Amino acid sequence: MARFLARRLVNYVALCLVATFLAFALAAMTFDPVGKLQARNPPPPQATIDAKRAELRLDEPIPQRFVLWLGDAVQGDFGRTVVNQSISDELPRRIGVSLRLFLLGTVVGIGLGVILGVASAIRQYRFSDYAATFFSFVILSTPVFLLGLLLKYLALELNSAAGAQLLVFTGETTPGFQGGFWAALVDRVQHLVLPTLTIALGQIAYYSRYQRSAMLDVLGSDFLRTAQAKGLTRRKALFKHGLRTALVPMATLFAFGFGLLITGGTFTERIFGWYGMGDWLVYGIEQDDTNITATVTLFVAVLVLISGWLSDVFYALLDPRVRLR
Amino acid sequence: MTTTDVTGGTGKAVPTGGANPVDVPLDAVEAETEGVTRGKLVLRRFLRNRLALTGLVILVLLYALSLTSPLFAPWRYDEYDYLSFLQGPSASHWFGTSQIGEDVFAQTMRGLQRSLTIGLLTAAISIVIASVVGACAGYFGGWVDRGLMWVVDLLLVLPSFLIIAVISPALRGSSWILFVLLLGMFAWMITARILRGMTLTLREREFVKAARFMGAPSGLIIRRHILPNMASLMIIDVTITVGSTILLETGLSYFGFGVQPPDVSLGTLIRDGSTAALTTPWLFLFAGGLLVVSVLAVNFIGDGLRDALDPNARRGRKVRHDEDPDVEVERPRTPRARQEEPS
Repeated sequence: MARFLARRLVNYVALCLVATFLAFALAAMTFDPVGKLQARNPPPPQATIDAKRAELRLDEPIPQRFVLWLGDAVQGDFGRTVVNQSISDELPRRIGVSLRLFLLGTVVGIGLGVILGVASAIRQYRFSDYAATFFSFVILSTPVFLLGLLLKYLALELNSAAGAQLLVFTGETTPGFQGGFWAALVDRVQHLVLPTLTIALGQIAYYSRYQRSAMLDVLGSDFLRTAQAKGLTRRKALFKHGLRTALVPMATLFAFGFGLLITGGTFTERIFGWYGMGDWLVYGIEQDDTNITATVTLFVAVLVLISGWLSDVFYALLDPRVRLR
Repeated sequence: MTTTDVTGGTGKAVPTGGANPVDVPLDAVEAETEGVTRGKLVLRRFLRNRLALTGLVILVLLYALSLTSPLFAPWRYDEYDYLSFLQGPSASHWFGTSQIGEDVFAQTMRGLQRSLTIGLLTAAISIVIASVVGACAGYFGGWVDRGLMWVVDLLLVLPSFLIIAVISPALRGSSWILFVLLLGMFAWMITARILRGMTLTLREREFVKAARFMGAPSGLIIRRHILPNMASLMIIDVTITVGSTILLETGLSYFGFGVQPPDVSLGTLIRDGSTAALTTPWLFLFAGGLLVVSVLAVNFIGDGLRDALDPNARRGRKVRHDEDPDVEVERPRTPRARQEEPS
């Protein structure tokens, strides 16, 4: 088991590196960072352009550039942006913003998704089941950016109905906010609600569909009948025996769900003005910035792989057969 | 189809993986299938599914409307009405006008047509790649399998949204067909995975072995025996891919990484409309609404097809024994993950 996990880890690390290289190479090939400089009117002297090219190592072969970048990255220096700012200085703040969004979105999404799925499985073919199914279908058919826009729209209506700024939809905190701990907390929460909801709704819909079918599978199973036959109440049998079994497939889905969350996060950050990693990726592409793009790619690849690993761990926790092997 | 007996025998020839007994009595199944070809059976099951049928009708109507609207709409999508800026819906401009006097109805129809076309074309490209990769990886095994699956893993680590966004600056100014090719190149991974798994089991089946011992070349076996037997899943998957691609495309276009300016898609329309979303909601609500309705329709069709083509997917579950044609499928066989990947 340990050797298997170790081999998986080596494979994961190799995948991460190749993925980052791929993104780096594609970016280096398609981006034209000096284009904006050349397009300036009056045109800057050739020497300036050449200096910029040398600074960005544009004339060196791409593999060499990648190795140089990676060598620095391993030591914690992710290079400089096209406008010559340090990426490493900004990185921790951006990662913090993104991870806060992802973590909250995942916790709320999985929690509510599992509850909703179980509830609609137990009440199969009742009105609430149909309502939950319909909700999931509509949410799964709505792109995140549209969902974010609609929520923004609703929040504005709510604010004007309440006559106060209940929900805020730009930024993750009020700039230059002064106040005590509690006031600051309230301020954060006001900013958090909408983006978290935007991300979590999709997750709820996604997990609840699968949880519902997993739970339905379990509901018809023999062991649940046995548990009730030996004297457990239905509620106890459902939650102690049924839910645990029904959660197993969720562990596998988690890895998929997380990948989806990351892309969704990009839209959410952009729409609500959170300066996280997703926002940075879009900015990096718009600015023809190879280093930013490669850094974000590395971050995404590492996150996807961590979620894959966590997925394995959950699986082992929920399914004793995996542990015993 | 030469091998209908394998996928066709509802609940008979398909391997009964689980230990659970089949819920639907076999004689009932046989009574239903007697004297009917598989195609007719599938069609009948599909038509009985009201939700799926509604989805199909809506999708066809929307596509037809988007294609024919230039014939009867009062304005063209690239025309400007200099007498009407930023007006709400009216008799002359059904969906209102934009800041520079463009007719939102004509633009929305144009965008809808683009988005749907891109979705359909991409799904077609993706299923071709996925079936070739999946069948080859599963059938040949060994290093072919390992190599191909490694590529699949790699593309799953690297979200397709990210790759396409990175490549997009190179596409500026080129035709949308290139964009479709790009989308198709990164939409096939999960399908390929599933098809590979199916090929692995099909490869051990008697008729494939027989063909192999008779000396049929591998290419022929894959074409004649492996692929037709995975047709159900491929059809279902094409539908899912259409939905997920529309979401991916609109998402990319929303950021300006997809369909490029002179051309419009639902994504670019929503982006342009959303800048003033709070005061002039008609600029993005129509495009957004049509987008959700079309993807919803595609998803309903996909579910209906899954019910019709793969009734075994429901086996071993608490299913009411009377007919319940409108019930959503309980266990989607293909991960829905991709569906939301874009957005």
